[in-house]
Amino acid sequence: MGKGEFLMWSYTKALEYPVKIKCTNPRLAKFIISQYGGPDGELAASLRYLSQRFGMPDEKAKAILNDIGTEELAHLEMVGTIVHQLTDGVCPEELEKAGLGAYYTDHGVDVYPQSAAGVPFTAAYIAAKGDPIANLQEDLAAEQKARATYEKLIDLCKDDPDVIEPLRFLRQREVVHFQRFGEALRGVQDKLAMKRFYMNDCKNMNNNNCNCLKEFNSVNNYNVCDSVCNCNNNR
Amino acid sequence: MLEDNMENRHCNSCECTCECSCECNNEMSCACKNDLREEMMMQLRAYKFSIIELALYLDTHPDDEKALCLHREYAKKAKELADKYQKMFGPLTINYPCKKWRWLEEPWPWERGNF
Repeated sequence: MGKGEFLMWSYTKALEYPVKIKCTNPRLAKFIISQYGGPDGELAASLRYLSQRFGMPDEKAKAILNDIGTEELAHLEMVGTIVHQLTDGVCPEELEKAGLGAYYTDHGVDVYPQSAAGVPFTAAYIAAKGDPIANLQEDLAAEQKARATYEKLIDLCKDDPDVIEPLRFLRQREVVHFQRFGEALRGVQDKLAMKRFYMNDCKNMNNNNCNCLKEFNSVNNYNVCDSVCNCNNNR
Repeated sequence: MLEDNMENRHCNSCECTCECSCECNNEMSCACKNDLREEMMMQLRAYKFSIIELALYLDTHPDDEKALCLHREYAKKAKELADKYQKMFGPLTINYPCKKWRWLEEPWPWERGNF
């Protein structure tokens, strides 16, 4: 909102969706932490999309990776908040009873990125293959896996509506992201399937800004690679 | 060095718009103020969510005039409400100019009792 907002990322001191959990429940926290630092968690999702941006050739897919990767960071904060509020002020004995004795030993009351089974976060969760189709297919699968995880968590949290509400919101966002990634993938596929017509002489269509290529492409629905155009006006 | 510079600088043109930290005054009790804050935050969150949702949609449908129009509308409303909110309840980002450094004020979003 301010004047300096236009540089880099900017933190907003508010959650995307409110989390206000009245009753602690370390047993649920032990499961939900998987969406923080587990294989299909928000940290892996965010870093996966933000890493895939750099090699993405398609303009729509670039934007969608950037914006969904950013939203996933907001979801990471929400999941961290849920885990924090479920364990805040709980005594070590109770944590141990809930199966968090080992966690308490190493991490105390911090929120540490790990799976429900206690496996620490690893960069191996971040698939970045250097191939637009492979990456977007991976992202589609990732959104479905995250949705499925949230559904399992909602099953496990039946007794607390304060926890279910934000989990339902997060589940719903996975569905929307899946939709958007699907549209981006279709765009990339259409682009790759377009007829290509390579030429090395376009003198006859020459003009100052090499609009020859643009016009020729749009009229014929071809995708002529400008690097093979000899008119030398396209740079 | 930088610190010296900052201390010696006179704040003549600074845009000090926000009020002092929450004090109970005659016009509004603290409970009322909390209700208003909660209500404003809820509305702001709704605008922000609409903007995020429209932005993702527009990334793959950039020619959709109706969505673009809605995005403009919500962006404008969100900006107006965020300015109003921050003036009353302190900054939501470190970009908001303040006479007093209210960024430290609790609760943070992960703490119980946040808005």
